Amino acid sequence: MSGLPDVVIVGAAESENVGVVPDQSQFQLAADSVLRALAQCGLGIGDVDGVASTLQVAQFAHHLGTRPRWLDGTGVGGCSYMLHVRHAVAAIQTGQADVVVVAHGESGRSRVGPTLRVPDMASPGGQFELTYGVAGTFSSFTIPTTAYLHKYGLGEEALAEVTAAQSAWASQNPRAFRGKSLTVDDVLASRIIAWPFHVLECCPVTDGGGALVLTSAERAADLDLTGPPVRVAGSGETCEGPGASFMEDLTTFRGFRDSSAEALRQADLTVADIDHLMVYDAYAHLPLYGLEDIGFVGRGEASAFIASGATRPGGSLPMNTNGGGLLYTHTGQYGMFAIQEAVRQLRGEAVVQVPDVRTSLIQGVGGMFSAAGALVLTTA
Amino acid sequence: MTAKPRPVPTPDTQFYWDRAAEEELWLPRCDAEGTVFWYPRDFCPSCGSRSVSWVRASGRGTLAAFVVNHTPHPSYAADGPYVIALVQLEEGPRLMTNILGVEPDPAQLPIGMPVEVVFEDRGEGLKVPQFRPVAA
Repeated sequence: MSGLPDVVIVGAAESENVGVVPDQSQFQLAADSVLRALAQCGLGIGDVDGVASTLQVAQFAHHLGTRPRWLDGTGVGGCSYMLHVRHAVAAIQTGQADVVVVAHGESGRSRVGPTLRVPDMASPGGQFELTYGVAGTFSSFTIPTTAYLHKYGLGEEALAEVTAAQSAWASQNPRAFRGKSLTVDDVLASRIIAWPFHVLECCPVTDGGGALVLTSAERAADLDLTGPPVRVAGSGETCEGPGASFMEDLTTFRGFRDSSAEALRQADLTVADIDHLMVYDAYAHLPLYGLEDIGFVGRGEASAFIASGATRPGGSLPMNTNGGGLLYTHTGQYGMFAIQEAVRQLRGEAVVQVPDVRTSLIQGVGGMFSAAGALVLTTA
Repeated sequence: MTAKPRPVPTPDTQFYWDRAAEEELWLPRCDAEGTVFWYPRDFCPSCGSRSVSWVRASGRGTLAAFVVNHTPHPSYAADGPYVIALVQLEEGPRLMTNILGVEPDPAQLPIGMPVEVVFEDRGEGLKVPQFRPVAA
């Protein structure tokens, strides 16, 4: 971001509890996270002048006790937080805000607090997808996968490899919702949800929160931080269609391609420079698309790359090191947790720490191959 | 038993559903570019032209992708596992559909399989385009 001041993440925290949290509402989960994140940088509610959230943002900003001069309620699904960070960077660089909090709280499992989501049968996705017995994201987001597997002559195990590799991280993480070590055979033996997807290739639905605090590098230098600041070096965002059936190509997601390319270009880095990767994995096909669409591997090569151990602990490209949405937690809009893990890795505070992480790429998706957001974070 | 989902047409999609009720599949076309697009809008999403019309589709296409859903929508629960698929039409657009008249077995659902449109009566004047394998 040549010529513009650097913006850094100075606070990053998850709610005390993630997984099954039936005694807290969505606002509670989000506010708990915000207070924890602020405590990491010696700031208080009164310092916050920008609020971004997928919660009803004006209500939540008031709930927090802030008097913001900048709001962002972008709600494009699970990658919304990547977009919030991108927008917050621009706001801080242009003087529209000094201290921005990005907040997530979702009672996806326990449904405590306002969680209304009514399928709209007049929307394009309603008329032309939900009409056909789509029962949940598992029976829609997943559909393009058979075209992908067919194109590259791959079988069901290509998906199972993703979960098995991520279990090598999750099995070392006490906060993981699914913390067992899993083999490809274990995954393939699990219950079929929507063929070719087994239950262990679909995310669980959980409760949890997370928050980030962003400010300028200049301001950060004066703060008493509990961990090193993490620089937002690049970001990208885009959208494609309202659902999986509207993809331009069923075997590759333009959203991943374009948003990651923009984030890398802004950061003046290439994939060869990336030490650590988070790819939003509500379902096991997404890391396959992500690895190929960002450009870490060639077309059709992602499952072999994962099977080689490259993304496991000790591998050349550690990926989804919290266990991912598939195994760590998935509240519904998981992107916040992917960012949290990248920040922890860059600070050297992760539960399963990768040595010497200086750059991390986080690739998010929102809706079902609908929106996309990417961030490149680096040590400051 | 829950009724199967009923799409709610909007002014720019009403023609599509009205023709489907008569067991015809029509697609929106940009008159400026001479190309069919999906889904229906009152302008062309490729060039922005407001000169759009409708063309009747052949009703033929091929299976592009699918899942066999074992975790049904409540209204489909009595059907057992069912196929939710994407069909690539001869005219270019790709539609979501169920594949009817076939066992919900991946071995019976080769990618590229020729399919043809049929219409499922959901009552009260609603018929939904669906696809089935073309008889050999």
